[in-house]
Amino acid sequence: MIAIVDYGAGNLTSVARAVSFLGYTPTVTRDPAEIAGADRIIFPGVGAAGSAMTGMEERGIDKAMKQAFEAGIPMLGICVGCQIIMDKSQENDASCLGLIPGEVQAFPEKMDSGDGYLKVPHMGWNGLEVVQEHPLFHGIKADDEFYFVHSYFPVPKDDKAVFGRTGYGVTFASAIGRDNLFATQFHLEKSGEPGLLILKNFCVWKPC
Amino acid sequence: MLSKRIIPCLDVREGKTTKGVKFQNNVEIGDPVEMARFYYEAGADELVFYDITASHEKRDIMIDVVRRVAETIFIPFSVGGGIRTLEDMRAVLLAGAEKVSVNSAAVKNPDIIRQGARAFGNQCVVLGMDVKHVGQKEGIPSGYEIVINGGRTYMGMDALEWAKKAQELGAGEICLNSIDADGTKDGYEMNLTRLVSDAVDIPVIASGGAGTPSHLADILTQGRADAALIASMVHFGTYTVNEIKQYLQEQGVKVRKTW
Repeated sequence: MIAIVDYGAGNLTSVARAVSFLGYTPTVTRDPAEIAGADRIIFPGVGAAGSAMTGMEERGIDKAMKQAFEAGIPMLGICVGCQIIMDKSQENDASCLGLIPGEVQAFPEKMDSGDGYLKVPHMGWNGLEVVQEHPLFHGIKADDEFYFVHSYFPVPKDDKAVFGRTGYGVTFASAIGRDNLFATQFHLEKSGEPGLLILKNFCVWKPC
Repeated sequence: MLSKRIIPCLDVREGKTTKGVKFQNNVEIGDPVEMARFYYEAGADELVFYDITASHEKRDIMIDVVRRVAETIFIPFSVGGGIRTLEDMRAVLLAGAEKVSVNSAAVKNPDIIRQGARAFGNQCVVLGMDVKHVGQKEGIPSGYEIVINGGRTYMGMDALEWAKKAQELGAGEICLNSIDADGTKDGYEMNLTRLVSDAVDIPVIASGGAGTPSHLADILTQGRADAALIASMVHFGTYTVNEIKQYLQEQGVKVRKTW
């Protein structure tokens, strides 16, 4: 069973639709027991990491997530789901799950675009530089682009946790992971075929 | 670096696309879901749907279209036309649209932008602006005035001021349509687009007037637009999305090349 975690952080239907499109049956759930017992876990999210964490804690999902990580269940975070796995977020100084050491930072103010300032949020299609091979990147091409909507990004302490980078004023970690956990700052469900490919790779991923 | 977005726009009336679009590749004419699939596969970066159904009672047809589009394509798309309330917004977003676009309803009740941004996030709320050049006059310092009803009703609002106010209220993006340029195929309204792009920090989608790929190159560079809306130049098969992107790339405009 592929659990899509409902922690009150935005519209889950688009991720569920993408998983269904790939031929799998997603279960949207907020039940901690169901999450901890899932075969695979996807946790999407939009909005702020702080309110996402509050939503998790209120439902007792934070413990289930940590338990699932320890148990080696394949886990995939998307967008804010890629942020809440860090120790904490600069956004409202929120404590997060702490599955990957490091923090979530905001884009600097007034980044030079060469012709004025870069707009924040970083919204639209951007590239992915693969810095470490990963089974979820299987089939991804160098030119493939992904759809982003965010003002914050994860900054892992250890470069070993960084699998992909993207440039927007600064170069930031856009795909991170550790053991049975992988997460992308970009929206896999809105990134066309390359996004679906990573999602599909996740659905068959067997972490060592 | 971000790619500039190329966004085909589809007008939908009572569940069918209008304007008698002509397609190759056996795409069923007039079915918005099939057209969405066609443009998704052709490399469109995003899609825009305008519901031009006159009757409010028939809006459920559009919600069904949105739901079926969301099951078919996996790129962002926005839905506008007849969105008047927070509930209208919610219905469209829940059906699977990434963004919802408000136009005349926001002119009459700007608070709908703030309400939508608060409920769903700024990135979900697009302000559609229909603009006409009227020359500088009292109340219209930029010379560009907001119009509604397809350009028939002048609202006495300055386009630049309205764009800035919408950003303050929480709009995440502006779709800027020049009524003067619309349908001419002579190119986008360069001056207006540049003025608005420079006045706000949120992305601006240029709309109205696209006839050739060079028009897109111009508006995405000199006009400082973040995205360009296209309609008839692709609906009638004159150009493909890929041809437009190839041209833009040759002109040094960064676009998404694989899909």
